[in-house]
Amino acid sequence: MTSNIVLVILITSFATFLSRFLGVLSSENIKETSKIFRWFNCLAYSTLAALIARIVIFPSGLLSEVDYFVRIIVVILSIGLFFITKKNLVYPTIFSAIILSLFNSYL
Amino acid sequence: MIDSKYFLKGFASIRGVRSPAIALGASFIAIGALLKNIGFTIQESIFSTFLTYALPGSLVMAESMIIGASLINIFIAVWLVNARLYPMTVSLMPLLMHKSQPKWKYYLSCHFIAVSSWLIMKDNYEQINKESRIDFWIGIGVATWSVAIFSTVIGYLASDFLNEDVLIGLAIINPIYFTCMMVGAMKTIKISLSIILGAVLGPAFYFVSPEWCILFGGITAGTVAFLIGEINDK
Repeated sequence: MTSNIVLVILITSFATFLSRFLGVLSSENIKETSKIFRWFNCLAYSTLAALIARIVIFPSGLLSEVDYFVRIIVVILSIGLFFITKKNLVYPTIFSAIILSLFNSYL
Repeated sequence: MIDSKYFLKGFASIRGVRSPAIALGASFIAIGALLKNIGFTIQESIFSTFLTYALPGSLVMAESMIIGASLINIFIAVWLVNARLYPMTVSLMPLLMHKSQPKWKYYLSCHFIAVSSWLIMKDNYEQINKESRIDFWIGIGVATWSVAIFSTVIGYLASDFLNEDVLIGLAIINPIYFTCMMVGAMKTIKISLSIILGAVLGPAFYFVSPEWCILFGGITAGTVAFLIGEINDK
Protein backbone atom coordinates (compact mmCIF):
# COMPACT_ATOMS: atom_id res chain seq x y z
CA MET A 1 0.00 0.00 0.00
CA THR A 2 2.79 2.42 0.94
CA SER A 3 4.58 2.08 -2.37
CA ASN A 4 1.22 2.56 -4.04
CA ILE A 5 0.71 5.90 -2.29
CA VAL A 6 4.19 7.04 -3.35
CA LEU A 7 3.39 6.05 -6.93
CA VAL A 8 0.13 8.03 -6.83
CA ILE A 9 1.98 11.09 -5.48
CA LEU A 10 4.59 10.80 -8.24
CA ILE A 11 1.92 10.52 -10.93
CA THR A 12 -0.02 13.48 -9.49
CA SER A 13 3.06 15.67 -9.38
CA PHE A 14 4.14 14.62 -12.86
CA ALA A 15 0.68 15.45 -14.27
CA THR A 16 0.92 18.84 -12.55
CA PHE A 17 4.52 19.69 -13.46
CA LEU A 18 3.90 18.79 -17.10
CA SER A 19 1.72 21.87 -17.68
CA ARG A 20 4.20 24.14 -15.90
CA PHE A 21 7.18 22.71 -17.81
CA LEU A 22 5.50 22.95 -21.22
CA GLY A 23 4.48 26.49 -20.29
CA VAL A 24 8.11 27.55 -19.81
CA LEU A 25 9.13 25.74 -22.99
CA SER A 26 6.50 27.67 -24.99
CA SER A 27 7.40 30.93 -23.25
CA GLU A 28 10.90 30.87 -24.74
CA ASN A 29 9.43 31.87 -28.10
CA ILE A 30 6.67 34.19 -26.93
CA LYS A 31 7.22 37.93 -26.58
CA GLU A 32 5.24 39.80 -23.95
CA THR A 33 4.06 42.26 -26.58
CA SER A 34 2.70 39.58 -28.94
CA LYS A 35 -0.91 38.76 -29.69
CA ILE A 36 -0.51 35.19 -28.50
CA PHE A 37 0.75 36.42 -25.14
CA ARG A 38 -2.31 38.64 -24.76
CA TRP A 39 -4.55 35.72 -25.70
CA PHE A 40 -2.93 33.42 -23.14
CA ASN A 41 -3.27 36.14 -20.54
CA CYS A 42 -7.04 36.12 -21.12
CA LEU A 43 -7.07 32.31 -21.04
CA ALA A 44 -5.22 32.24 -17.73
CA TYR A 45 -7.67 34.60 -16.04
CA SER A 46 -10.72 32.90 -17.55
CA THR A 47 -9.69 29.34 -16.61
CA LEU A 48 -8.90 30.53 -13.09
CA ALA A 49 -12.30 32.19 -12.82
CA ALA A 50 -13.92 29.01 -14.19
CA LEU A 51 -12.10 26.92 -11.60
CA ILE A 52 -13.05 29.15 -8.68
CA ALA A 53 -16.68 29.45 -9.79
CA ARG A 54 -16.82 25.69 -10.12
CA ILE A 55 -15.47 25.23 -6.59
CA VAL A 56 -18.10 27.60 -5.18
CA ILE A 57 -21.09 26.45 -7.25
CA PHE A 58 -20.34 22.72 -7.70
CA PRO A 59 -17.99 21.93 -4.82
CA SER A 60 -16.77 18.49 -4.00
CA GLY A 61 -16.14 17.32 -0.47
CA LEU A 62 -17.22 19.22 2.61
CA LEU A 63 -18.39 22.44 0.96
CA SER A 64 -21.07 20.49 -0.91
CA GLU A 65 -22.80 19.89 2.42
CA VAL A 66 -23.38 23.64 2.80
CA ASP A 67 -26.55 24.97 1.21
CA TYR A 68 -26.02 26.55 -2.22
CA PHE A 69 -27.75 29.76 -1.11
CA VAL A 70 -25.52 30.10 1.98
CA ARG A 71 -22.35 29.73 -0.11
CA ILE A 72 -23.44 32.48 -2.51
CA ILE A 73 -24.38 34.84 0.36
CA VAL A 74 -20.98 34.29 2.01
CA VAL A 75 -19.17 35.05 -1.28
CA ILE A 76 -21.16 38.25 -1.85
CA LEU A 77 -20.67 39.47 1.74
CA SER A 78 -16.94 38.76 1.57
CA ILE A 79 -16.51 40.68 -1.70
CA GLY A 80 -18.37 43.58 -0.04
CA LEU A 81 -16.01 43.46 2.94
CA PHE A 82 -13.03 43.34 0.56
CA PHE A 83 -14.06 46.70 -0.89
CA ILE A 84 -15.05 48.24 2.45
CA THR A 85 -11.62 47.40 3.92
CA LYS A 86 -9.84 48.96 0.89
CA LYS A 87 -8.89 45.63 -0.66
CA ASN A 88 -7.55 44.00 2.46
CA LEU A 89 -7.45 40.24 1.88
CA VAL A 90 -7.05 39.13 5.47
CA TYR A 91 -10.41 40.37 6.81
CA PRO A 92 -12.70 38.87 4.15
CA THR A 93 -11.01 35.47 4.31
CA ILE A 94 -11.23 35.19 8.10
CA PHE A 95 -14.76 36.63 8.06
CA SER A 96 -15.89 34.06 5.46
CA ALA A 97 -14.67 31.11 7.53
CA ILE A 98 -16.36 32.31 10.71
CA ILE A 99 -19.65 33.24 9.09
CA LEU A 100 -19.87 30.03 7.07
CA SER A 101 -19.27 27.91 10.18
CA LEU A 102 -21.95 29.92 12.03
CA PHE A 103 -24.48 29.72 9.19
CA ASN A 104 -23.84 26.03 8.85
CA SER A 105 -24.34 25.38 12.55
CA TYR A 106 -27.39 27.55 13.19
CA LEU A 107 -29.35 27.79 9.94
CA MET B 1 23.43 33.35 -8.55
CA ILE B 2 20.19 34.55 -7.03
CA ASP B 3 20.08 38.23 -6.09
CA SER B 4 19.20 38.10 -2.40
CA LYS B 5 17.83 41.64 -2.32
CA TYR B 6 15.07 40.78 -4.79
CA PHE B 7 14.63 37.27 -3.41
CA LEU B 8 13.91 38.69 0.06
CA LYS B 9 11.64 41.34 -1.39
CA GLY B 10 9.60 38.59 -3.01
CA PHE B 11 9.72 36.47 0.11
CA ALA B 12 8.29 39.38 2.12
CA SER B 13 5.10 39.24 0.04
CA ILE B 14 3.65 36.76 2.53
CA ARG B 15 3.37 39.55 5.06
CA GLY B 16 0.90 42.44 5.19
CA VAL B 17 -2.73 43.07 4.28
CA ARG B 18 -2.52 41.28 0.94
CA SER B 19 -0.84 38.24 2.43
CA PRO B 20 -1.71 34.87 0.89
CA ALA B 21 -0.49 33.08 4.01
CA ILE B 22 -3.89 32.72 5.69
CA ALA B 23 -5.63 31.41 2.58
CA LEU B 24 -2.80 29.07 1.68
CA GLY B 25 -2.40 27.95 5.26
CA ALA B 26 -6.11 27.23 5.71
CA SER B 27 -6.38 25.12 2.58
CA PHE B 28 -3.20 23.14 3.16
CA ILE B 29 -4.20 22.50 6.78
CA ALA B 30 -7.36 20.98 5.32
CA ILE B 31 -5.28 18.96 2.84
CA GLY B 32 -3.03 17.70 5.65
CA ALA B 33 -6.06 16.51 7.61
CA LEU B 34 -7.60 14.93 4.50
CA LEU B 35 -4.41 13.06 3.60
CA LYS B 36 -4.18 11.69 7.11
CA ASN B 37 -7.78 10.50 6.93
CA ILE B 38 -7.19 8.58 3.70
CA GLY B 39 -4.19 6.79 5.18
CA PHE B 40 -1.09 8.79 4.21
CA THR B 41 1.86 8.84 6.59
CA ILE B 42 3.21 12.26 7.56
CA GLN B 43 6.22 11.77 5.28
CA GLU B 44 3.94 10.97 2.33
CA SER B 45 1.81 14.04 3.06
CA ILE B 46 4.86 16.32 3.11
CA PHE B 47 6.19 14.64 -0.03
CA SER B 48 2.84 15.22 -1.75
CA THR B 49 2.67 18.98 -1.08
CA PHE B 50 6.42 19.33 -1.73
CA LEU B 51 6.14 17.76 -5.18
CA THR B 52 2.68 18.78 -6.36
CA TYR B 53 2.02 22.15 -4.72
CA ALA B 54 -1.29 22.70 -6.48
CA LEU B 55 -4.37 22.48 -4.36
CA PRO B 56 -7.03 21.26 -6.81
CA GLY B 57 -4.64 18.57 -8.02
CA SER B 58 -4.08 17.26 -4.50
CA LEU B 59 -7.84 17.26 -3.89
CA VAL B 60 -8.50 15.31 -7.08
CA MET B 61 -5.76 12.86 -6.13
CA ALA B 62 -7.36 12.27 -2.72
CA GLU B 63 -10.85 11.87 -4.17
CA SER B 64 -9.61 9.48 -6.85
CA MET B 65 -7.88 7.35 -4.24
CA ILE B 66 -11.04 7.19 -2.13
CA ILE B 67 -13.04 5.81 -5.06
CA GLY B 68 -10.13 3.53 -6.03
CA ALA B 69 -9.43 5.02 -9.47
CA SER B 70 -6.66 3.52 -11.60
CA LEU B 71 -3.30 5.27 -11.99
CA ILE B 72 -4.05 6.32 -15.56
CA ASN B 73 -7.39 7.79 -14.48
CA ILE B 74 -5.69 9.68 -11.68
CA PHE B 75 -3.16 11.04 -14.17
CA ILE B 76 -5.89 12.25 -16.55
CA ALA B 77 -8.06 13.76 -13.80
CA VAL B 78 -5.13 15.64 -12.25
CA TRP B 79 -3.86 16.79 -15.63
CA LEU B 80 -7.30 18.13 -16.54
CA VAL B 81 -7.81 20.08 -13.34
CA ASN B 82 -4.25 21.46 -13.40
CA ALA B 83 -4.04 22.19 -17.13
CA ARG B 84 -4.88 25.81 -16.25
CA LEU B 85 -1.22 26.00 -15.14
CA TYR B 86 -0.20 26.00 -18.82
CA PRO B 87 -1.84 29.31 -19.79
CA MET B 88 -0.82 30.68 -16.40
CA THR B 89 2.84 29.84 -17.10
CA VAL B 90 2.73 31.16 -20.66
CA SER B 91 1.22 34.44 -19.47
CA LEU B 92 3.82 34.87 -16.71
CA MET B 93 7.22 33.60 -17.87
CA PRO B 94 7.68 35.96 -20.84
CA LEU B 95 7.42 38.81 -18.32
CA LEU B 96 10.27 37.32 -16.28
CA MET B 97 12.63 36.21 -19.03
CA HIS B 98 15.88 38.07 -19.45
CA LYS B 99 18.87 36.96 -21.48
CA SER B 100 21.29 37.61 -18.60
CA GLN B 101 19.57 34.96 -16.47
CA PRO B 102 20.30 31.21 -16.73
CA LYS B 103 17.52 28.98 -18.04
CA TRP B 104 17.52 26.56 -15.12
CA LYS B 105 16.00 29.27 -12.96
CA TYR B 106 12.91 29.32 -15.16
CA TYR B 107 12.56 25.55 -15.46
CA LEU B 108 12.96 25.00 -11.73
CA SER B 109 10.94 27.94 -10.47
CA CYS B 110 7.96 27.12 -12.68
CA HIS B 111 7.16 24.59 -9.95
CA PHE B 112 6.07 27.54 -7.81
CA ILE B 113 3.32 28.55 -10.22
CA ALA B 114 0.05 28.28 -8.34
CA VAL B 115 -2.91 30.61 -8.13
CA SER B 116 -1.77 32.69 -5.17
CA SER B 117 1.87 33.15 -6.17
CA TRP B 118 0.82 33.87 -9.77
CA LEU B 119 -1.69 36.54 -8.76
CA ILE B 120 0.89 38.21 -6.47
CA MET B 121 3.48 38.26 -9.26
CA LYS B 122 0.97 39.63 -11.77
CA ASP B 123 0.13 42.34 -9.27
CA ASN B 124 3.74 43.40 -8.65
CA TYR B 125 5.94 42.66 -11.67
CA GLU B 126 5.82 46.17 -13.08
CA GLN B 127 7.57 47.54 -10.00
CA ILE B 128 10.61 45.29 -10.52
CA ASN B 129 13.13 45.78 -13.32
CA LYS B 130 13.02 42.94 -15.83
CA GLU B 131 16.43 41.53 -15.05
CA SER B 132 15.59 40.97 -11.37
CA ARG B 133 12.03 39.70 -11.79
CA ILE B 134 12.99 36.04 -11.76
CA ASP B 135 14.75 36.41 -8.39
CA PHE B 136 11.77 38.29 -7.00
CA TRP B 137 9.56 35.48 -8.32
CA ILE B 138 11.71 32.77 -6.70
CA GLY B 139 11.31 34.66 -3.42
CA ILE B 140 7.50 34.65 -3.73
CA GLY B 141 7.57 30.99 -4.74
CA VAL B 142 9.76 29.78 -1.89
CA ALA B 143 7.65 31.74 0.62
CA THR B 144 4.26 30.44 -0.55
CA TRP B 145 5.57 26.91 -1.06
CA SER B 146 7.03 26.86 2.49
CA VAL B 147 3.71 28.02 3.95
CA ALA B 148 1.96 25.20 2.06
CA ILE B 149 4.34 22.50 3.29
CA PHE B 150 4.33 23.79 6.87
CA SER B 151 0.51 23.94 6.90
CA THR B 152 0.23 20.41 5.56
CA VAL B 153 2.21 19.25 8.60
CA ILE B 154 0.02 21.29 10.98
CA GLY B 155 -3.16 19.92 9.40
CA TYR B 156 -1.87 16.36 9.56
CA LEU B 157 -0.94 16.67 13.25
CA ALA B 158 -4.11 18.57 14.21
CA SER B 159 -6.56 16.45 12.23
CA ASP B 160 -8.06 14.86 15.35
CA PHE B 161 -9.00 18.29 16.66
CA LEU B 162 -10.54 19.56 13.43
CA ASN B 163 -14.26 18.86 13.47
CA GLU B 164 -16.53 19.26 10.48
CA ASP B 165 -17.55 22.86 11.23
CA VAL B 166 -13.91 23.95 11.39
CA LEU B 167 -13.05 22.09 8.19
CA ILE B 168 -15.99 23.69 6.35
CA GLY B 169 -14.77 27.10 7.53
CA LEU B 170 -11.26 26.28 6.26
CA ALA B 171 -12.63 25.06 2.93
CA ILE B 172 -14.30 28.40 2.06
CA ILE B 173 -11.23 30.55 2.83
CA ASN B 174 -9.33 29.72 -0.34
CA PRO B 175 -12.17 30.32 -2.83
CA ILE B 176 -12.94 33.62 -1.06
CA TYR B 177 -9.29 34.71 -1.20
CA PHE B 178 -9.10 33.88 -4.91
CA THR B 179 -12.44 35.55 -5.64
CA CYS B 180 -11.30 38.77 -3.95
CA MET B 181 -7.94 38.72 -5.73
CA MET B 182 -9.65 38.18 -9.07
CA VAL B 183 -12.13 41.00 -8.44
CA GLY B 184 -9.13 43.17 -7.51
CA ALA B 185 -7.38 42.21 -10.77
CA MET B 186 -10.25 43.45 -12.96
CA LYS B 187 -8.48 46.56 -14.21
CA THR B 188 -8.88 46.31 -18.00
CA ILE B 189 -11.86 45.37 -20.17
CA LYS B 190 -10.07 42.25 -21.41
CA ILE B 191 -9.27 40.90 -17.96
CA SER B 192 -12.64 41.85 -16.49
CA LEU B 193 -14.44 40.11 -19.36
CA SER B 194 -12.19 37.05 -19.08
CA ILE B 195 -12.97 36.73 -15.38
CA ILE B 196 -16.73 37.36 -15.63
CA LEU B 197 -17.22 35.09 -18.65
CA GLY B 198 -15.01 32.40 -17.11
CA ALA B 199 -17.00 32.47 -13.89
CA VAL B 200 -20.25 32.05 -15.87
CA LEU B 201 -19.14 29.58 -18.53
CA GLY B 202 -17.07 27.32 -16.25
CA PRO B 203 -20.08 26.25 -14.17
CA ALA B 204 -22.33 26.32 -17.28
CA PHE B 205 -20.12 23.75 -19.05
CA TYR B 206 -20.37 21.61 -15.93
CA PHE B 207 -23.72 20.42 -17.28
CA VAL B 208 -21.96 19.22 -20.44
CA SER B 209 -18.94 17.64 -18.76
CA PRO B 210 -17.93 17.99 -15.10
CA GLU B 211 -14.36 16.93 -15.94
CA TRP B 212 -13.77 19.19 -18.93
CA CYS B 213 -15.82 22.21 -17.79
CA ILE B 214 -12.86 24.26 -16.51
CA LEU B 215 -10.90 23.85 -19.75
CA PHE B 216 -13.85 24.22 -22.15
CA GLY B 217 -15.41 27.07 -20.19
CA GLY B 218 -12.06 28.78 -19.67
CA ILE B 219 -10.91 28.55 -23.28
CA THR B 220 -14.23 29.75 -24.66
CA ALA B 221 -14.48 32.62 -22.19
CA GLY B 222 -10.84 33.69 -22.62
CA THR B 223 -11.02 33.60 -26.41
CA VAL B 224 -14.25 35.62 -26.56
CA ALA B 225 -12.84 38.16 -24.06
CA PHE B 226 -9.61 38.42 -26.09
CA LEU B 227 -11.44 39.01 -29.37
CA ILE B 228 -13.77 41.64 -27.89
CA GLY B 229 -10.80 43.29 -26.13
CA GLU B 230 -8.69 43.40 -29.31
CA ILE B 231 -11.53 45.01 -31.30
CA ASN B 232 -12.08 47.47 -28.49
CA ASP B 233 -8.38 48.41 -28.32
CA LYS B 234 -8.22 49.34 -32.00
